[in-house]
Parts: sequence; C-alpha cells; structure tokens
Amino acid sequence: MSKQRFSALSLFRRALGGHRSWEPQWRKSEPQPAYDVVIVGGGGHGLGAAYYLAAEHRVGRIAVVEKGWIGGGNTGRNTTIIRSNYLFAESAALYDHSVKLWEGLSQVLNYNVMFSQRGVMMLAHTVHDVQVFKRHVHANRCSGVDNEWLTPEEAKAFCPPLNIDPDIRYPVLGAALQRRGGTARHDAVAWGYARAASELGVDIIENCEVTGIRRDAQGRVEGLETTRGSIRAGKVGVSAAGNTSAVLALAGVRLPLESYPLQALVSEPVKPIFPCVAMSNTIHAYVSQSDKGELVIGAGTDAYTSYTQRGALHINMHTLDAICELFPMFRRMRMMRNWGGIVDVTPDRSPIIAKTPVPGLYVNCGWGTGGFKATPGSAHLFAWTIAHDEPHPINAPFTIERFRDGHLIDEAAAAAVAH
Amino acid sequence: MLLIPCPHCGERPEIEFTYGGEAHLVRPADPSTLDDAAWADYLYMRSNTKGVHAERWRHARGCGRFFNALRDTTTDQFLASYRIGEPKPAIPTGDPR
Repeated sequence: MSKQRFSALSLFRRALGGHRSWEPQWRKSEPQPAYDVVIVGGGGHGLGAAYYLAAEHRVGRIAVVEKGWIGGGNTGRNTTIIRSNYLFAESAALYDHSVKLWEGLSQVLNYNVMFSQRGVMMLAHTVHDVQVFKRHVHANRCSGVDNEWLTPEEAKAFCPPLNIDPDIRYPVLGAALQRRGGTARHDAVAWGYARAASELGVDIIENCEVTGIRRDAQGRVEGLETTRGSIRAGKVGVSAAGNTSAVLALAGVRLPLESYPLQALVSEPVKPIFPCVAMSNTIHAYVSQSDKGELVIGAGTDAYTSYTQRGALHINMHTLDAICELFPMFRRMRMMRNWGGIVDVTPDRSPIIAKTPVPGLYVNCGWGTGGFKATPGSAHLFAWTIAHDEPHPINAPFTIERFRDGHLIDEAAAAAVAH
Repeated sequence: MLLIPCPHCGERPEIEFTYGGEAHLVRPADPSTLDDAAWADYLYMRSNTKGVHAERWRHARGCGRFFNALRDTTTDQFLASYRIGEPKPAIPTGDPR
C-alpha cells in the first residue's frame, strides 16, 4: 500500500498513466477467528480508534466490524461543522484536543480530509443569547480556546450575506466567532482513517452486524456473534452512535441514551458565496458551503426517539424559514436532497468515552448532534482508553458513572439547545 | 410527519403533539431510601428500544391530555394508543412492517 502514497509527484505520475493504475485504498477483509481488539462501528470514530490503536498502541490484531458500509452512518450524514468553543473546561479540553488533531490530520493520514478553518460564527438573537455567548467567550479564554465576540456590524463584515436588519423576527444582536473552527470532508475522514488503518494491518469488515456479545464465566468479554459468524476478541470497543443502546443491551448494559433523528439537507451547487460556517442555536439554522458549491444545512432533531434515519418535513421547514430570514439571498435557492441520521443523546449533552461495567467492553457514545467535530479526538482518546484499560486524563470526566455521582458536564443547560 | 392516534380525539398530525419520552417509568415512592445508582437509573437510564417502544405523548394543541402509545421505532408506525392509567396493551401480532 505504501506505493500508493499521495504526493504531487505521485499524482503527476498517475496522471501520465491516465489514472488507470490506482488500486483500492484499503483491504476488504473476511472476519478472522480471533482478534485482540474488535471495534464495533465503522464510522469515523470507530475507524479512527482502530487506526490509533494500531499506530500508537500497537495492540496486535485489530478489526473494525460495520453492519453497513464504512462512513455510511452519521459520518456521512452530518454537516461537518468543527469547533471547540464549549462552555465547561472539561468539554473545551476534549473538543480542542480534537481541533488540534484536525489541524495535522491530512499530513498524518497522507489523505486530504479538506479541513478548512474558515471560522464558525454563532449568532445571538436575544439578550439571553448575548449573555450566554459572552460567558462562553470568557470561559474559552480561560481554557486557552479561541473565541471572540463580534458586534452585528463585525459579524456582517465577516459574513456579508448576513441580514443584520434590526426589524427581522430574530434580529442579530452579535455573534461569537471561533476562527480556528471550520469544516472538513466527511467521507474523506472515514476513508482516510480506513486507508491508514488498513495499511497498518487492521481488518475492516463491512456488512457484519453484531448480534451477540459473548462473555466468559467471570463476566469478561470473550467475543462477538455477528451475521458473518463468531469472532473471538480480547477487548471490544463499541462506537455505534445511535445504535449503541441496542448493541450494549446485548451485554446487559443500560445507558443514559436516547436516539433521535437529526436531519440535514443540501441545496443545488452554486459558485462560492458563503465564506464561513454560520450557526444559530436559538432558531435552529446551521449553514456552510461545501467545496462542491452546495449549501450544507443542518436542521434540528425530531421530537421522538427513532431508528428510521428519516424525519419530518416540518423540522426542515423551520430551519429554512430561519435561513431565508438571516440570509435573504438564499430565498430562491432549490434544495436538492435531505436525509436523517440517528444521534444518541445523553441527558447532559456530553459524550461518554469510558469503560463499561463489563470487563473488556468499552464504549464511545453520546455524541448527540455534534459528533463529527470530535472524530479525531474521540478516536484518539477511545484508543487510549482501550489500550490502557483506563481513561486518558482528557476523557476521564466522561464516564457513565458521572450520572450516578452527579458530576454532569451540563452543556445542555449551557446552550439550552441541541448542539 | 407522523399521524398520531390520540385516544381521545383520533388521528391528528404530529405538530399538534409534544413528546413525553419513555412511558411507565414510575417515580420511586420514597427517593430518600434509594442509593445513588437506583436514583440515577430512574432519572437518566432509558431502554431506548429499537423496536416496539411504549412512550408518552401529549395532545398539547388539541385536548391537552397526556396518553401512552406503542410505536415501532424501526418504522415509526403506531401500533396502539391508550389512556393514562390503562395497562400497556399486548403487542399486536404479525409483522407491523
């Protein structure tokens, strides 16, 4: 595989050959009888964890089992927003760990994940928003995370399509801007990790759904039952997003999770017109422009738990109403596609990266509506947790037991909405 | 958009309703006697069922009343709805899909 490293020279050489000499970027594997670590879930978080286990911890034989195709779940269904301006020190450290890894990820993986630090601007529409966002700005400064306050005029200078008229239904009273925030190419993240992990010997097994978790007489995990047969495993890391409750129920573990549909949509592609990521938590509008030219728009969650990967149109309409008022030039744009993903939401809207009560079983879940931004950091810390059988200091607060012990990291209360 | 069968008013569009989460979670009679794990289990742990889920809805923009319903979370199809206080009905047989 190393022959296929990407560089300007290799691209030029392959171009001379009409690009006919490229080989698959990762191996499609058959399940082997036994592995040291099996990761359940072939999204960015799971593939990344497998990569870091192989690259940094050298734990032996590693497999990723995925019930569908890699990157086909929430990794391929999100709006690719990356930022780390969370309120609490624990969260800011966690998400900023991720942003720092994003900054070098294309070089580390030798795969262009198209990370673009174009800035994430969060709009404030009410006095409450202004107070909360300024509190975030100050808290972030104490945590060493960049975040700055913009007046409406400064916000419009940063993002010219923005409507700052004072007489709209939810006028813009200011904005919090994280300049290091931005977007990345979602598929490239899954593919880049898959390629790098495969190169290090990780088996990536698609169309392989876990149907049982086998445990020995002491209760320790000893393997998995799957739709492609039994696999023995020394350790199992579950990184299954919306399906985490169902997978861990196979081992009798209950979690503080509920799975909701979260929808997104894209417009027809147009020339570059939108320079940043704009978010409005208050009126549920999240918009950026992909390099392909489509507006990528995130809507809110549906009201009810579901595993259907679809939601109701009125949720999207609500978001489009907000977008049309904030960015009037989009009023006549046509939307091309919409879809839903199933997000696993915790009561405090903070994730869980932790050991479970079952020895040898680990879980990375609860990323809710904002997991993509955390992909490299989450994967890196999950790999550490599995390899050391104890959490890294950054994810040590993100346990299941925090709900029992009252140590919530309550980003839900901090933002008062999904994020 | 879901069509939700209110047991008082009949089928109405989803926007008339608010969701009340998992049904039949009973608040412990005397929380002070519980240990932290049992109290956290009541407050935070959820079955998050993939399949037939018993859940509360409120017909907020209709009769205003809470009720319970059975819905298959893999299809979003409602299988039954019933008034608060009534027992959970047996899951209708046959493949709802």
